Amino acid sequence: MHYLIGNLGHLSAIAAFVTSLLSAFAYWRATTHNDLKTKIGWLQNGRAAFYLHTLAVLGIISTLFTIIYQHYFEYHYAYSHSSLHLPGQYMLSCFWEGQEGSFLLWMFWHSVIGIALIKTQKSWEAPTMAVFALVQAFLASMILGVVIPGINLKLGSSPFILLRDAMDDPIFKLQPDFIPKDGNGLNALLQNYWMVIHPPTLFLGFALTLPPFAFCMAGLWQKKYTEWIKPALPWTLLGAGILGLGILMGGYWAYETLNFGGYWNWDPVENAIYVPWLIMVASLHTMITYKNSGTALKSSIALVIAVFVLLLYSTFLARSGILGDSSVHSFTDLGLSGQLLIYLLFFALAAIVLASFRWKEIPSTEKEISTYSREFWIFLGATTLCLMGFQVLLPTSIPVYNKIMGWFGGQSNLAPPANQVEFYSKFQLWFGVAVAFISGTGQFFWWKKIDKQKLKAELITPVLLTLLVFALVIAVAKVYNIAYLVLTLAGIYLIISNLKVLITIAKLNPKLSGGAIAHIGVGMMLIGVMFSAGYSKVVSLNNTGMLISKDLPTEFNRDNLLLFINEPRSMAGYDIEYRGERVEPRHKGGYVNKNDIELTLDPFKVVAKKDIIFSGEKLYQVKDTFEIYPENTYYEIELRKDGKVAASLFPRVQINPAMGGFLASPDIKRKATRDLYTHVSLPMNREEEPEWEKLEEVKVKAGEEFFINSKYAATLQEINRIEEIEGVTLAQQDVAVQAKINIQGEHEVFIADPIFLIKDKTQVGRLPSEINDLGVKITLLNILPETNEFLLGINSRQKDWVVIKALEKPLINVLWLGTLVLMIGFAMAMVRRFSDLK
Amino acid sequence: MKKSYLLAIAVIAVAIVIIISTAGDASTYVNFEQAYQLASTGSSTQVHVVGQLPKDADGVITGIEKSADNLAFSFILIDDNNKEQKVYYNEPMPPDFTRSEKVVVIGNYQNNSFIAKKILLKCPSKYQEQKLNAGV
Repeated sequence: MHYLIGNLGHLSAIAAFVTSLLSAFAYWRATTHNDLKTKIGWLQNGRAAFYLHTLAVLGIISTLFTIIYQHYFEYHYAYSHSSLHLPGQYMLSCFWEGQEGSFLLWMFWHSVIGIALIKTQKSWEAPTMAVFALVQAFLASMILGVVIPGINLKLGSSPFILLRDAMDDPIFKLQPDFIPKDGNGLNALLQNYWMVIHPPTLFLGFALTLPPFAFCMAGLWQKKYTEWIKPALPWTLLGAGILGLGILMGGYWAYETLNFGGYWNWDPVENAIYVPWLIMVASLHTMITYKNSGTALKSSIALVIAVFVLLLYSTFLARSGILGDSSVHSFTDLGLSGQLLIYLLFFALAAIVLASFRWKEIPSTEKEISTYSREFWIFLGATTLCLMGFQVLLPTSIPVYNKIMGWFGGQSNLAPPANQVEFYSKFQLWFGVAVAFISGTGQFFWWKKIDKQKLKAELITPVLLTLLVFALVIAVAKVYNIAYLVLTLAGIYLIISNLKVLITIAKLNPKLSGGAIAHIGVGMMLIGVMFSAGYSKVVSLNNTGMLISKDLPTEFNRDNLLLFINEPRSMAGYDIEYRGERVEPRHKGGYVNKNDIELTLDPFKVVAKKDIIFSGEKLYQVKDTFEIYPENTYYEIELRKDGKVAASLFPRVQINPAMGGFLASPDIKRKATRDLYTHVSLPMNREEEPEWEKLEEVKVKAGEEFFINSKYAATLQEINRIEEIEGVTLAQQDVAVQAKINIQGEHEVFIADPIFLIKDKTQVGRLPSEINDLGVKITLLNILPETNEFLLGINSRQKDWVVIKALEKPLINVLWLGTLVLMIGFAMAMVRRFSDLK
Repeated sequence: MKKSYLLAIAVIAVAIVIIISTAGDASTYVNFEQAYQLASTGSSTQVHVVGQLPKDADGVITGIEKSADNLAFSFILIDDNNKEQKVYYNEPMPPDFTRSEKVVVIGNYQNNSFIAKKILLKCPSKYQEQKLNAGV
């Protein structure tokens, strides 16, 4: 038992909590004190406390990581998230798979950003850091794991809890020091490189919503109503960029790993983070407006507060367990819902109260803004983004609404919309169209003063070009749906108008072109989303005509395809053939046929039955022992066009009872214009004993050819006497013979080697040989010396099969490319605004 | 009228449309009786029905029928009012289906059959560990 490390970690957690409170208090005193000398004193105290706090956070992280990395399974966190065989890079994923680890990640980024603020913001340090330290105190309280004596209130859930305290297993009564040999392991879906980088990116995005909020609060508090915008703007740009990137990485992971066939499912947990991001983008636009023209200060303040409050709300939704019945991926409820609610309400109320007290003092312009001004269009765009967020927020909050009704004695049976993808898409599509038209047009007001005449002159070329490109795209892609047509038009318009602006700006000052580039990225994303989602189609249509019931309506079509091993079918213009089950070696790339390996007692180790070759490269020699991932099975699906192999796909299935049974991940054949996305929807159950058909007998001579199932040509090559059989001890008088039968399969020659054995002169034993890929079992039934023949028994069963589903996703790469362009735009704008500060 | 008022009115109008449509498109948790009545009024609204799978004395789930090619299946679901209903699902049976404690089906009645468009499984083990594998 390693008690020390856990105690150290727990101590660090308590230290982190205390130091954050101290720091918040000191910074508060530093802000409110008028006497300069005392002020500086408190400032230094606050700073010192925050540094100590950062050290404590690093202490918690390193102790927890050590526990995971050293496989201290006496700790609940290591036991439930990791295992001995987990590859090193996924130890990181374990770290943030649990709620506590993700809180730590969030705190870590706050600490880093906090130190950056201390180093750069001299005049803003005290009030902003007071907010920072207070937020940290709330987060630290989540992982405190301290029971307040007297009222018996448990504060936070500690990641350093021992397994025996977390689990009520009888073994701990008998053996309190029991340590399991291995952990539960990491969910296979999370064993993906995107899960190593997506959570840190996303939580960096979470953390970056704090600086704008802290500056805004400081501005209101210190009555510096206008000055806070300038230092907050670059952080908002960075935050919106990183948060957007984090969300899209999550989408990309889902596309590669989950089997719902897309990158965005409008799941409540996804929505909960999409909304703050939209509002953050809106806030950065109004902040830019304020910097340029002095308008929209009040809306900037309201939006910046809304972003942070919505982020806390999203945290509450994802972690409190309230979405339990409506989301597929909310966290486990750690009993923190009360604390999370207080966290949310505290900052929401504090910000709203502060803002409303100061509201009258905040300067605002009364002059009517002109339709021909940049401000008008930006404001219109920001409003659209807010409505877009509102439309998602409202249905996502249905479980919260039901809960509140419950508190007041009412009963609500409202459920989220049955088809969430269709429901949200039909609204978000039109909002997307509006955003595209507004931001496409708004860009022409870059030069501020522009009138009707000038605007017309500016617009005529991009509009004509847009129509031309649109006509071409429609002609090629054959889009006929009205909504999709409009979205395509809007996307093209957004790209072309911003291209024109980009060319003009790039001539003047390339540093200023971030906005135009970002907008081009958005236009590409809209088009990519439209085609890949709107024209995604199932290509694995079942055409066997077998129905489950005649009572069912005719539209009860089936979108899955049953493939028998080595029997080609046709799909999406390809010949498609299932080639069998494969496993993945741990230390080498490629896949290994399950027929070519022999299992050992250690499920992670196998022995090669023959030389293992994968796409021309020899991976292992015969008799080599190597490691595999036994939980994962890959199903090799070969796609051929005109007789040539176009692609080999390896969709994965994991059977892991500890993690909820069956998990299927797709494999994607990527082409420039479209992806072919394939996943297993039903694997064969190997645990079930197969149903063998009646034994069929044949008499053959050595060297004679015969047919199995009247399909496969086979030859009895030779019969040899053997001296030893694995698992059987042979005495002197015992006789054992082994037949060697070559069977010509669809793609290769298989060798069956059944054994016939006479033990103690009377007992007869027969060891049949099964050829998995052919679904046959051959037994050497008898030896007939008088005719020099051998009696073979042949059993056959249904051949191995797999049920797959395949979808086609056109132009999905335009979406990923657009994301990249958007990020470049964000980065350029951010660099510019940060350099403005100097 | 000032433009800002016009904009405000437009925003309020859109917000109202959103609220009404959310209320209209929101699904409901119902039992089979209510789902049937809803369908017999000619509505094709999709509803959520929560239920359990029937088990025999040995704890084996009964009433599951797979199509010959495994590409679709049907099962019996008992709702909270203990009404048994055959539910058809147009996809292969999820392998962890038989391990589910609670099943939520989202769909509607068509010609007296309940057709599920989506099945949500509540597996006891999904996000919480079961007993320790102490023997290892």
